[in-house]
Amino acid sequence: MSDPAPTSRPDVFAPWNDPNQRPLIQFQNVTKRFGDFTAIDDLTVDIYAREFFALLGPSGCGKTTLMRMLAGFETPTEGYILLDGQDIGPVPPNKRAVNMMFQSYALFPHLTVAENIAFGLKRDNLPKDQIAARVDEMLRLVQLQKFAARKPHQISGGQRQRVALARSLAKAPKLLLLDEPLGALDKKLRTDTQFELMEIQEKTGTTFVIVTHDQEEAMTVASRVAVMDHGKMIQVDTPDRIYETPKSVYVADFIGDVNLVEGVATSHQKDGKVQIHWAEGKEPIIGTPMQPIADGTRCTFAIRPEKVHISKEHPEGKTNIMQGKIIDIAYLGNLSTYHVQIPTGEIFKAQSANTRRIERRKFTWEDNVWLWWSETAGVVLTE
Amino acid sequence: MNPRKALLILVPYLWLLALFLVPFLIVLKISLSDVALSIPPYTPTLDLSAGWAGFRDFLSELDFENYVFLSEDSLYWKSYLSSLKIALISTFLTLLVGYPVAYGMANAPDEWRPTLMMLVILPFWTSFLIRVYAWMGILSNEGFLNQFLLWTGLISEPLTILNTNTAVYIGIVYTYLPFMILPIYATLEKLDASLLEAAEDLGCTRAGAFWLVTLPLSRPGMIAGCFLVFIPALGEFVIPSLLGGSDTLMIGKVLWEEFFSNRDWPVASAVAVVLLAILIVPIILFQRQQQRQQEAEQ
Repeated sequence: MSDPAPTSRPDVFAPWNDPNQRPLIQFQNVTKRFGDFTAIDDLTVDIYAREFFALLGPSGCGKTTLMRMLAGFETPTEGYILLDGQDIGPVPPNKRAVNMMFQSYALFPHLTVAENIAFGLKRDNLPKDQIAARVDEMLRLVQLQKFAARKPHQISGGQRQRVALARSLAKAPKLLLLDEPLGALDKKLRTDTQFELMEIQEKTGTTFVIVTHDQEEAMTVASRVAVMDHGKMIQVDTPDRIYETPKSVYVADFIGDVNLVEGVATSHQKDGKVQIHWAEGKEPIIGTPMQPIADGTRCTFAIRPEKVHISKEHPEGKTNIMQGKIIDIAYLGNLSTYHVQIPTGEIFKAQSANTRRIERRKFTWEDNVWLWWSETAGVVLTE
Repeated sequence: MNPRKALLILVPYLWLLALFLVPFLIVLKISLSDVALSIPPYTPTLDLSAGWAGFRDFLSELDFENYVFLSEDSLYWKSYLSSLKIALISTFLTLLVGYPVAYGMANAPDEWRPTLMMLVILPFWTSFLIRVYAWMGILSNEGFLNQFLLWTGLISEPLTILNTNTAVYIGIVYTYLPFMILPIYATLEKLDASLLEAAEDLGCTRAGAFWLVTLPLSRPGMIAGCFLVFIPALGEFVIPSLLGGSDTLMIGKVLWEEFFSNRDWPVASAVAVVLLAILIVPIILFQRQQQRQQEAEQ
């Protein structure tokens, strides 16, 4: 990693930064084509044991194909997938130490909760008492002991989700795949379940690979997030780095809300900062690129709305100051996003926490306000 | 219940009353009468002009004689048993043939399915009777099947198939196959493909997944199909009389002979009433099963 390394504490889980760690899963130049359509395009990535790895992307980006290749339902057209150093390409799904939790849960409707969980164990021809003990353990893990004898249609959606999780964990797989595991749950239950998932992942020490299109979910649960588009991984990084230091406009725009300003950089300042000339007759924006960039490079300045400060009075001694008028306010409860139009017509989004009740709010529509942000608040992107 | 709802329910009830219950009561009444050389060929007949006393006389002449007769003559209960046996065996054979067809249809590419469905229903476009006659042409000693087998050299003497129970089985399986295929296809088509993937993911082979997931989940379709074949096959008349031999004993044939050869309407009616009583059992079981299925799907 060329970025300034974060101060590394020994207890931080980051095997991807440790060259001595052997990855659990290795994708080596994997390509998958369906006829003319390339679902996965020459993809190489390492996933480490005990990771909670999230595949994030719009529908059709290849994330589901990637997961199905791990499960064994699809085979790569080119390249290799190694699990624990072994090529799993020719291994059928029923012989892989990989289990999957399906988006639809795929619970067997004719079997009870306990029988569903026992299904995989029975295929291994384990002795009966061992199966019973393991099923019990799994039921306890997902807190469904009382529902063991129920059929899937007799329990709630959240409980079904937990049965599916227990069933896929019962065989203690090396790798657990989760395909949009929380997609069918309502928002509140989803948030609760996210934390439960993380807890279970930590407790069992299983490596999780999760597919999701919900970025909040990916950010919450994952140790690393891979942002995918058109069969490629655009960026693989920890959630905070994906959010704070996206490497491309695509990632910056895909994750969260962002202000994007295109311009030309001139780096005449000694401290590595650049001026971005973005509109005729406008003060250039001062930003701090992560890598030095040449004069005259076309670049995009990206800044998150919550890093744009908004005030009624002219901020003294600050950089990147702009004046504008509030044309829209998105009230989100805890936060408000202000859409501020500057005289040349561009709209900037600024976000601030609603620490006061609404009637005491400082700004309203048509108010003239000042925006400003510090020189290190945004990122300068050349991709 | 509001009047509009009551009116709506009245329509099917009136329909059933007029076209099912009234004819049944007439048959029941005939079964309690005595045979007579008259038109209609039984006695007594209800004479409404005689008033209340006439009605009482009429009732007093009805008796269960014919039912007693049925239980005394071994022909009848043997026919019932033989019908049950033939219906059960042919239902099982239809299931054996129908399941793979339905399975193949459900797994066929989407664009083929309407065509395959069409092929299953297509025979209904021709008269049932003509199709059974066609089987006579196929199965007879000089028929297409024997000619073909002789030509291939598999046999040297023509097989006697027509006018045996084998021909009856072939006829019933052929005729009722769509009733078996369609409900099974309906359950297989609904089957979520991810269930099979889940089974494989949990360590099943393809065959194991079929045995442990597909088969149990298509059971409702199999049961429905079996009832839909068994119930009409039990009272089947055309197939045994055209394809079966003199030793093919089926109650539908006995019934026909009582009515038209013997002109013994009262005994024939008694045979029909008993047949109906026998059929009520599987019909109730079928209804129950359908209801359970619906409840499970909710």
